Amino acid sequence: GDFFLMLIRFLRFVFVGIGLPIEASAPAYQSHGTEGSHLTNITNTKKAFPVLAVNYEHVRKPFEIALWILLALLMKLGFHLIPRLSAVVPESCLLIVVGLLVGGLIKVIGEEPPVLDSQLFFLCLLPPIILDAGYFLPIRPFTENVGTILVFAVIGTLWNAFFMGGLLYALCQIESVGLSGVDLLACLLFGSIVSAVDPVAVLAVFEEIHINELVHILVFGESLLNDAVTVVLYNLFEEFSKVGTVTVLDVFLGVVCFFVVSLGGVLVGAIYGFLAAFTSRFTSHTRVIEPLFVFLYSYMAYLSSEMFHLSGIMALIACGVVMRPYVEANISHKSYTTIKYFLKMWSSVSETLIFIFLGVSTVAGPHAWNWTFVITTVILCLVSRVLGVIGLTFIINKFRIVKLTKKDQFIVAYGGLRGAIAFSLGYLLSNSHQMRNLFLTAIITVIFFTVFVQGMTIRPLVELLAVKKKKESKPSINEEIHTEFLDHLLTGVEGVCGHYGHYHWKEKLNRFNKTYVKRWLIAGENFKEPELIAFYRKMELKQAIMMVESGQLPSVLPSTISMQNIQPRAIPRVSKKREEEIRRILRANLQNNKQKMRSRSYSRHTLFDADEEDDVSEVRLRKTKMEMERRVSVMERRVSVMERRVSVMEREGRWRGRVSVMEREGKCDGEGG
Amino acid sequence: MGSTNSTLSKIPNVEELMQETGFTPAHIVRLYDRFEALDKEKTGHLRPQDFGAINRLAMNPIGDRIIGAFFSPGQETVDFHSFVRILAHFRPADKKRPKDPSMPEPVNSRTSKLKFAFQLYDQDKDGKISRAELLQVLRSMLEMQVTEEQLESIADRTIQEADLDKDDAISFEEFRKSLEKVNIDHKMSIRFLR
Repeated sequence: GDFFLMLIRFLRFVFVGIGLPIEASAPAYQSHGTEGSHLTNITNTKKAFPVLAVNYEHVRKPFEIALWILLALLMKLGFHLIPRLSAVVPESCLLIVVGLLVGGLIKVIGEEPPVLDSQLFFLCLLPPIILDAGYFLPIRPFTENVGTILVFAVIGTLWNAFFMGGLLYALCQIESVGLSGVDLLACLLFGSIVSAVDPVAVLAVFEEIHINELVHILVFGESLLNDAVTVVLYNLFEEFSKVGTVTVLDVFLGVVCFFVVSLGGVLVGAIYGFLAAFTSRFTSHTRVIEPLFVFLYSYMAYLSSEMFHLSGIMALIACGVVMRPYVEANISHKSYTTIKYFLKMWSSVSETLIFIFLGVSTVAGPHAWNWTFVITTVILCLVSRVLGVIGLTFIINKFRIVKLTKKDQFIVAYGGLRGAIAFSLGYLLSNSHQMRNLFLTAIITVIFFTVFVQGMTIRPLVELLAVKKKKESKPSINEEIHTEFLDHLLTGVEGVCGHYGHYHWKEKLNRFNKTYVKRWLIAGENFKEPELIAFYRKMELKQAIMMVESGQLPSVLPSTISMQNIQPRAIPRVSKKREEEIRRILRANLQNNKQKMRSRSYSRHTLFDADEEDDVSEVRLRKTKMEMERRVSVMERRVSVMERRVSVMEREGRWRGRVSVMEREGKCDGEGG
Repeated sequence: MGSTNSTLSKIPNVEELMQETGFTPAHIVRLYDRFEALDKEKTGHLRPQDFGAINRLAMNPIGDRIIGAFFSPGQETVDFHSFVRILAHFRPADKKRPKDPSMPEPVNSRTSKLKFAFQLYDQDKDGKISRAELLQVLRSMLEMQVTEEQLESIADRTIQEADLDKDDAISFEEFRKSLEKVNIDHKMSIRFLR
């Protein structure tokens, strides 16, 4: 900010020299005393009308914020323009390096580089990333592996914290290290801060390596769910280190606290999720603000749970997961795209800012270096992670149907990256901790190590070990039908065995959902729609939109009708002859067009497949051809009428049939012959 | 363990059964108890009515097909061996299985599981899922909630997507291919039967 004050001073010198009257308003406050006084003593002669006035203080704060964000995004842009760089080095590393450079630059000028403010981090930068992750969480793999994920998250983190804390305390007891003042609780506190796998770092690195779904969801799920453990451990040890002694009662209360924090967080999230779903039921007349409801309810869920010291991350995840199926049944297609786009955008910006600030904070932060302590911390981090994963997998594999292979274990262990959450928690430590600076330094070193070394080497290692990669798949109706069929089959076989297992409860939940919950949360008559039909309708909708864009307008007619045919309510029928014609056209189009689906991608960098864009340009070519043909068509008048109606429906973003439209069309049918 | 042995001795050819299906003695005993519980009239065989008495199966959209799968064509009753053999399809797959081409495919391998599921679709056993058979399955899964036209368009779409040799039906290979992304080992296994 003061760089700009200097710039303005310089500018003013220039202008005064030229003789233009410039009025510089006195700044309201001075951040760094000295320069300010010069600003006011300019002209004491009669002031001419100020043609140009500079008032930096007026816009200072938003200006700086906007500038930081712009800088961050320009950096991001820059990386992707250098092809080889982004293929080798993960973006997170590059951003940290940029942060280091910027921090260094600021220090050279002689100012204090800003440190990543913990409040800013937890309240502004972290929520968008978590919401993005939670809203688009792939439910099926998550619920299939939730047991494993919980074991890793809870027991794994506890193991890491105690192992590291204990061994570091033992280290500090050794005379030669020179840290004999550190007590056990402080070490345990440090252990608990640095033991948690960080979702931001994991997302940033795993985004780019496209690992298979199982490993991805294991590491990612663990990073999300370990927040509860981290919160409890952190608060616990902070309290204890103030008091100094631990009793059995305290430990017991700690355990109770864990359950309260995690389940409470989930409950708060679920409540807000249901509220959001319920609200979305009534938004059919105000489509424009639909996305805002999603964002605001989720943010409120996060803030509310943070208010009660519950796990905000789990609240956010629960909110996103709960509200998604109902909200998506209610909102328009455009709102869905908006939500997806905005979430990706905000989380991208947040992530970029976090990494840059990490770099800047490293330059800024007070450092206390102790070789032994720091090196031991890094080594212990790795060791405890590997031991933890191997040990837990050994136990977990006894209960899993699909076992985790050695390769999977390796990636899970190696992918346990630490990130900004650890740093922020360390920064939050009050200054009364005499070891605070040492801890911060150690935390930063661990973060750097995991992000740089592990982050950069994980990609070649994945290639080397030939770990299974993610298979890009477009949703197919076959898969949907057959998986639903298999669900029913398994439920039936469980019934034959007399076993009340996984499928039985899933079936019960579905039934409950269908009869009670959907009725309240889904607008209009849609709650009765079976999932298969909803899926099919979405596929058809996508294809219809593509056909409209391609200008094959005669097909628009059948598309809209086939849309409307898929309504559960009885709608006045089109004539049999027309239907046959429609079906024939649709079938022909199916064979011609390549089916592009709404890709279930959680990728930060791409929102659409590259193919879809090619298709659209090819489609535009066809469009011009179609234009000519249309003119000659006999149906031109009727087609233009339908065209208008379709564009109205398109604007509303909904393909729901209106009975009146159909009636009018029926009449049109009659008179047009 | 004494009761296990005594129950096992009641079952004829139990060694062969365990060898064939891979079930442990404990499982065989559990399944035998279940078999006896279903066999209300103690005939040693199960009839379709015995299956029909299971409430959960009655509510199931494809319950009748599942029941049908237990009965070999032409047979009116199921004995314990066939009962176990069918259920063996749902055992979780064994991890370490030597790829021995001379040995027959184990009954709980991915292919066998898929074949079992395929046969539930293919009621007339001609090796293909025809459009009519697909429509029947869709009709039973979607119950009363859709119209005929919707069913027809879905069936058309499904066949279009899966049918590679354009014979307007889905063969076993096409069926297998359309499910290649699904983890069948996980999807078609019941933990209880490990």
